[in-house]
Formats: sequence, structure tokens, C-alpha cells
Amino acid sequence: MERFLEVFFAPQVFARYAPDVLYAMMTTLWLGLVIILAGIGLGLVLACLRTAQCWWLTLPIVIFADVMRALPPLVLILIFYFGLPGLGLTLSGPLVLFIVLTAVLAAFAEEIFWAGLTALTRGQWEAGRATGLSFFQTLIHVALPQAVRMGIPSLVNRALAITKMTALGSVIGVKEILAVSSSAQAMSGSATPLTMAALAYLAIFLPAVVLARWLERRFSWRV
Amino acid sequence: MSNIADMFFNLDIMRQALPLLMQGLVMTLKLCAVVIGLGLIGGLFLALAATSPRRWLRWPTMALIDLMRALPPLVLLIFIYSGMPFAGVQMPAFTAVAVAFLLNNSAYYAEVYRAGLQSLPSGQWEAARATGLSMPQTLVHVIIPQAVRNVLPDLLSNTIEVVKLTSLASVVSLAELLYQANMARSVTYNSSPLVLAAAIYLVLLWPCVRLVSRFQRKLSI
Amino acid sequence: MTPMLEIAGLEKNFGDVQVLRSIDLKVARGELVFVIGPSGSGKSTMLRCCNRLEEPTSGSIFIDGRNIMNALSADLNRLRLQTGMVFQGFHLYPHMTVLKNVMLAQTKALKRPKAEAETRAMDMLGRVGLAHKAKAMPTELSGGQQQRVAIARALALDPKVMLFDEPTSALDPELVGSVLKVMKDLNAEGMTMVVVSHEMGFAREAADRVVFMDGGVVVEQGTPDQVFGNPQQDRTRAFLSRVTGAE
Ligand SMILES: Nc1ncnc2c1ncn2[C@@H]1O[C@H](COP(=O)(O)OP(=O)(O)OP(=O)(O)O)[C@@H](O)[C@H]1O
Ligand SMILES: [Mg+2]
Repeated sequence: MERFLEVFFAPQVFARYAPDVLYAMMTTLWLGLVIILAGIGLGLVLACLRTAQCWWLTLPIVIFADVMRALPPLVLILIFYFGLPGLGLTLSGPLVLFIVLTAVLAAFAEEIFWAGLTALTRGQWEAGRATGLSFFQTLIHVALPQAVRMGIPSLVNRALAITKMTALGSVIGVKEILAVSSSAQAMSGSATPLTMAALAYLAIFLPAVVLARWLERRFSWRV
Repeated sequence: MSNIADMFFNLDIMRQALPLLMQGLVMTLKLCAVVIGLGLIGGLFLALAATSPRRWLRWPTMALIDLMRALPPLVLLIFIYSGMPFAGVQMPAFTAVAVAFLLNNSAYYAEVYRAGLQSLPSGQWEAARATGLSMPQTLVHVIIPQAVRNVLPDLLSNTIEVVKLTSLASVVSLAELLYQANMARSVTYNSSPLVLAAAIYLVLLWPCVRLVSRFQRKLSI
Repeated sequence: MTPMLEIAGLEKNFGDVQVLRSIDLKVARGELVFVIGPSGSGKSTMLRCCNRLEEPTSGSIFIDGRNIMNALSADLNRLRLQTGMVFQGFHLYPHMTVLKNVMLAQTKALKRPKAEAETRAMDMLGRVGLAHKAKAMPTELSGGQQQRVAIARALALDPKVMLFDEPTSALDPELVGSVLKVMKDLNAEGMTMVVVSHEMGFAREAADRVVFMDGGVVVEQGTPDQVFGNPQQDRTRAFLSRVTGAE
């Protein structure tokens, strides 16, 4: 037990690297936040565009959503990070991470919103149009609020899963929690920084998981 | 334009890298078989424990599931692969990867099953118990078949995530598809092997993704 | 002769709420006892205690002279085979054909060989007039048909007592008759039955005894003529005038 504590909870290592890990937590938090906002926003826009029902909008959206959902994000990250410089276009690690994860989240969000929109009965659309709302007004005021509400539990879970993928940034030199703790581990020759990484992630994501549970219960009614 | 073709879609390089990638694919499929197979079973048991009326069983299980949902799988993997040796627990990369992803995915599968179990009306339990079926018999013949059927799209969707997840094994140098592609890239200074790997993932997963969308549409109408 | 079902001093609490306070009831072999009472009076709870779907707080329940409260939980599944239960909501298994629904507990709980179980299932389905629906899925049946399958499912296990909890309450009026007819025939063939229901007409025609429950106790009991025609207790009178007034 003592040996276990020594390996995974050495206090002096803890103290030595705490500031670095805390700083890295900010990076993870801030990256995650931007990705969530951009990803869900983009997904919402795509789902709305799809309601227009013209094939030259629908087709690219569907292909985008399918490809982004089928490809492992790490493949995209490597292609962007190592491939693009060959074309004279060098993107920083955080930027690559942001672009890829935003695209992935947008793809999932688009599908979730779209599923919600198609789940609405024709009656809801007709009620909107019959009361003199335009197509666009019906979309904004009648259809979307219901679709969003229906999608919230899946959306929260998906956003959570994708924000956790910021850990992939460690592969392309983003100074987020995992990267910082990994190098601290190498430097200190102790496993404690890895424990710190796990704790740091738990500090960020455990509340999110609890929130997701709460939302699930709250929104579990079906329209 | 020719630059793009040369850097990303270089057929010569792809042809050279193909055998290596195929070896990687085999490893990826092996990993999938272990993680999906055991995950589907482990997840079911976790879900049963998580919906148990016994509090001493339910609470720790829920805690474990939430812990796994909160930890990024890569962190878990690094912890097991690089951290455990400090405690004298050394294991080959394949085992480390399998254990990490199994922990992670059993929790996700458990969440899916749990939703399915809770979607069943209690009358199904009562009807079965009233006809003298035991608890395990009720589970096997009445509850689980219905629960699984209700969440089939989500099980498939999670299975897609598992396949994608295996690409993380490249980080700990397990020679799966993405690792091999990235090796080929660093040797050839050309991204075509990565694109080829992406294409292989697409061939594998696109039909599944379509199927999930189709399922969701059908459920909602 | 010992009664087929005897409930003695049955009490049931849900937390602090006492739902059943000392129920005593004897049901003779072949008797049809009809239970009425206002919503929340504990009728369902009493029925569910008879096969220990609900665990009684205290009291004894004898089936054919044997106290099922003494049974270890391991024996419970065998004991439950002695009581057939029919629910308001049918609760057929939606993922199995009608035939499989009737066969499942026969093969798994009674351990009957498959062929025998199937013959027995077809017999029972024939008895409720649904042999031609054996291969159908439950969702393809009307509510009345589903309830008759549920009765066949219970009967196939050769229970000693049949417990009905509002078997026709979820049915469209025109489907009620077919289910009541099956129940009447069953009793005519000698089955011991306890029926919780609001079908007063059925009670007048088929019941040997009517039991009125309120507030977790048996307030009054007697023949249908006695209870409906000349109720002794104020609570019974009030309830009956409310129910018949509503009709
Ligand atoms: N599982 C339970 N937990 C807590 N209270 C319960 C439970 N089941 C029943 N009750 C309470 O016990 C009381 C009796 O319920 P019961 O279902 O036996 O009444 P009932 O006579 O069948 O009524 P109804 O005619 O509405 O079916 C009610 O007040 C009910 O709220
Ligand atoms: Mg009731």
C-alpha cells in the first residue's frame, strides 16, 4: 500500500507539477468549450440547411456527416497535421485539434438535430404554416425548439465524448493535460503525474457526466 | 493541384504501403473482436448490476460507469501502459490496449443496455415471475431479448465508436492500421498511406453509419 | 374440506402507509369470489400478495392447505405455478409468438418437454378460442384476444387458483364479453377464482360470493344478492350507489 502511494501519489512530485497541470487544465477547458460551441452551432446550421430539401445542399451535408462519423478523429488529425505542411500550409496543433473535433461534433450534432426535426409530426409544421408563419419562422419558432429539446440528452453525451478527445492533442504537441503530464512523467520518472492527469480530467468531466445524467432524466419525456 | 494528388493520393506509394496496412488491419480487427465481444458481454452484466434493486451493487457500479465516462480513453490507456509498470505490473501493448478499451467500452455498452432495460414496463417482469419463471430465466427469455432489440441502433452506434477507438492504440505503438499507415507516412514523407487508411476505415464503417441513420429515422417515424 | 385459498391476518405496509390491515378470506374449491372496492382500497395488493409478487408484511397465505409464507425464496417459483395471474394490462411478451408466450413457463419453470408443452398450449388456446392465432405476434391481436391469450398462458401451468386483476378494464366495451365468457366457462369447469373487477353484471351472473373492501379491510361479504340487493354497511351502500349511479 505504501509503495502504491509512493508510485502514484508521491507528494513532492505532486507539488512540483501541480502548476503545470493546472495550466494545462485551462487549455483543455478552453479548447473543449470552443469546440462545443462551434461544433453544435455548425451542426445546427447544417440541419437547418437540410430542411430546405434541395439535393445540392443535402448531398454534401450527408456526405460530410457520414464521413466525419465514420473516420477515427486521430486519422484526420494526423492527415491535417502532417499532410498539410506538404502543401505549404502549416497549422498549429491546437488549430488542427479544433478544426477536426469541431467537424466531428458538427457531424453528430447535425444528425441529432435532423433526427429531431424528422421526428416532429407533419401536424407541427402544418400548424405553424396554417397560423400564417413562414417556413423559416416555423423552423425557428416551432420545429427547432422541439428538435433541440428532444436531442439534448444525446447531444450532451456526444459533446462530452468529443471534448474528451482533446487528449488526442498530446499526439501533435498540444500542451493539454495528457501531454503535460506525460512529459512530467518522463522527466520525474514517477507515475504520479499520470494520476494527476486522471484527477484533472475527472475534475473537469465528472461534473459533466453528472449533469448529463440529470439532463437525461429531466428530458426523458418523448414528444 | 498536382501537388495535392502527389501528396495525398499517390497511387504508387499507396500500392507499396498496402501490404503493411493490411497487416495493420488484421491487428485492428483482432483488437475489435476482443473489445467488442467482451464489451458486449461485460456491458450487459454492468447494466444488470446498475439496474439492480440492491443498493450495494447498484451504487458502486454506477460510480464505475461514470468514472469511465469521465476519463478519456487515451488517458486510461496511457495510465495502464506507462503507469502500471511503475507498480510492477507490466503487460504487452495489446493487453494494455484491450484492458483500457474494455474498461471504457463496457461502461458505454452498459449505458446503452441500461436504457433498454429501463424502457421495459414492469409488467413484463411481473407476468414472467407470476408464471413461476426464476429471476435468471426471466432475464434470459423475457427481459434481455426485448431490451436488446429496443436499443439495437445504439449498440451498433457504440460498436462503430469502438472500431474508431482502436486507432488510439497507435499511440502506444501497437501495430494496428493507423500505426502502420503513420509509419509508412514517416518513411515516405508522403501522406498517401494515411489517406489510404482513412479509405479503409470508411469502407469498414460507412455502411454501419448509414444503417444507424436509417434506424434512427425509422424509430422516429 | 380445506379451502383452496386462505388468507389469514394479511397485512401490508408500503413504508409508513398501511395498505392492508388484517385481511381474512377463505375461498373454497371451485368457488368464484368477486372483489369490489374503491380505488386504492388494496384489492390489487391483496391479489399480488397471494403469489408473493408483493411481499406481505405479516400474515399467512395457504394454498391448498400449504402456507406459502413458509416457503424459501428458492421454492417460490414452484409455488407461483399454483396460482395463475391475469393482469389488467395483459403483459404478453411482445417479442414472442402467441404460442411461445403460452409455452415459455411450461418449458422453463415446469420443465415440460417441448412437444408436450406445445400440445398443452394449443389445447389452452383452443379453449379460449384462439387456436388459429397461435403463430401471430401479440401486437397483431385485439385487446380482448391478448387477454384471452394471457388467460391461456396462466391456465397452461395447471394452477390451483386463478387471480384476475381487473382483466377487462383496459378493453373496449365490445371486447369485454369474450373475456368474461372465457372466465365463466372456466369457473363452470371447476376452477377456483378470485376476480377483482367492476363488471357488476358478471358478478350477479357468475360469482358465488362478493367481497367489498375499503381502506385495507374486508368491510362486507355475502352472495351477490345480499351484497348488491341488501348491503348492511354504510360504506358498501355509498360505494354501490356511486358505481351504479355512474353507470
Ligand atoms: N409499490 C407501491 N409502493 C407504494 N405504495 C403503493 C404501491 N403499490 C400500491 N401502493 C398504494 O397502496 C394502496 C392500494 O393500492 P392497490 O393498487 O392495491 O389498490 P386497488 O384497490 O387495486 O386500486 P385500483 O382500483 O385503483 O386498482 C394505494 O394507496 C397505492 O397508492
Ligand atoms: Mg388495482
